[in-house]
Amino acid sequence: METGIDESQVRHIAHLARLKLSDEEITRYGAQLSAIVGYIEKLNEVPTDGVEPTAHPLPVCDVLRDDAPRPSLGAELALANAPDSAPPYFKVPKVLDHMDA
Amino acid sequence: MGIIFEKTQAALSNIRSLDPRIRAVISVLDDSALSRARSLDAQSSRQALHGALVAVKDNICTKIGATTCASHILQNYQSPFDAHVVERLHAAGAVIVAKTNLDEFAMGSSTENSAYFPTRNPWNLDCVPGGSSGGSIAAVAARLTPYALGSETGGSIRQPASFCGVCGLKPSYGRVSRYGLVAFASSLDQIGPVATDVRGLAELLGVIAGRDERDSTSVDAPVPDYAAMLDESPGRVRIGIAAEYFGDGLHPETRARVEAAIDTYRKLGAEICEIHLPHAPYTIACYYLVCTAEASSNLARFDGVRYGHRTAHPKDYFDVYSASRAEGFGSEVKRRIMLGTFALSSGYYDAYYLKALKVRTLIKQDFENAFNHCDVILSPTTPTPAFRLGEKRDNPLEMYLADIYNCAANLAGIPAVSIPCGFTSEQMPVGMQLMAPHFAEGRLLQIANWYQTVTSHHLAKPPICAD
Repeated sequence: METGIDESQVRHIAHLARLKLSDEEITRYGAQLSAIVGYIEKLNEVPTDGVEPTAHPLPVCDVLRDDAPRPSLGAELALANAPDSAPPYFKVPKVLDHMDA
Repeated sequence: MGIIFEKTQAALSNIRSLDPRIRAVISVLDDSALSRARSLDAQSSRQALHGALVAVKDNICTKIGATTCASHILQNYQSPFDAHVVERLHAAGAVIVAKTNLDEFAMGSSTENSAYFPTRNPWNLDCVPGGSSGGSIAAVAARLTPYALGSETGGSIRQPASFCGVCGLKPSYGRVSRYGLVAFASSLDQIGPVATDVRGLAELLGVIAGRDERDSTSVDAPVPDYAAMLDESPGRVRIGIAAEYFGDGLHPETRARVEAAIDTYRKLGAEICEIHLPHAPYTIACYYLVCTAEASSNLARFDGVRYGHRTAHPKDYFDVYSASRAEGFGSEVKRRIMLGTFALSSGYYDAYYLKALKVRTLIKQDFENAFNHCDVILSPTTPTPAFRLGEKRDNPLEMYLADIYNCAANLAGIPAVSIPCGFTSEQMPVGMQLMAPHFAEGRLLQIANWYQTVTSHHLAKPPICAD
């Protein structure tokens, strides 16, 4: 397993995370993430064959509410914090014009 | 003017005069607090927290005032609803006086990562209060309010409680609804009470605990009268001590105060027994994979569309998302999103995230085995007393290690409390931690309170309060 995270990997991760980072941030995060991942690799010392993963501390699964309508937030309140809106919609820049970018 | 109105007015005045030096508070809710106090004075019925003043961490949604998570991305966010715990506080007659500072999105161990300003430790203004609930803890330590709510993902209540000489509880996962708590890592997050003594924790927990159908992870289990349990004799008490929590890196004065606390329990009649938590050395590595993976997923909702900051001149829709997040999130949040995205990405998922989940199982089993031999586990809360502002800012890994004794309780979902157990030679507080099995908060608080019946560390006030 690789311990270092190179610049191209940092750029790829930033793309996946939808974070537009500066070159300075790419360099800084690369060094910091490499150090943190290097530390995290101590987990490889732990034998885990046959160990079930724990994603959640309680045995809770398939919690469903009744399939019945109930009041929701409402369009006005849902839009109240939007940085741009045209009630009853959220407004964003055009998407299709840039599909060939 | 009624008693509650006068008390609220005095508290608001105290916040205005004292807080500029501590910076525990992001927003003071003057108008709503005074109006609420006036209406409580007019009521004849008395509720559990009638007229009690509470500060609430600013990642807990309140309809009144902004809910910022100490982030630029939510600077102007007005929650359309109250969190479940806020509804419960109102129903119990509490007055919410302030929203408190935190590390941005509760990510940090010093409250230096707030986008607005760092909070200072009331015992020494050059030191951090700890984090991420540093604002709530500092507010209680400086006696700005008697009660506060914080939140925990990996020690964010207990670590600052230890640094500031107050009591802080992380309840069992599922004990308190997370509805209205802005999510950081959903399988670890819990809201918890902060107070100067264990009785205060019991009173607050009794109000906020219990099932809420809006949080499917909140558990439908009876809520005992925690405050009443403190008046009962603790009976036979077995306290487990794990050698793994007393190894290298533990500050000598912290070790001495915690060992003195163990001795106090021994004199009270508790049975002290040796237990082992063999996977303790892997806690931080496991925790940072789990919490960052969940954070990268939870914070994907900040897309510049529905709420929060949007970049000024996006060139396309992708830019709305990526530039808004880059401008709105601070450095620590970006770092954790990056680490979590890495751990979940193709080719690394099994080696990092899945491995961490398996180690989490082993950490949880360590506690189950230990609790076959003892009622509670006692340890230091933190390896050192409060460090100085800026001391660890550029070394994230070193900062993460400040929570080394705390994260395991979040991974296992068990309750844990930090209470004061003395001071260093420089008059900085030292805290000890007690951990108990799932949903044994009553027993945990009973044993913590037992210590406070024969000690007075929790009564000490920082000198700034007397200025």
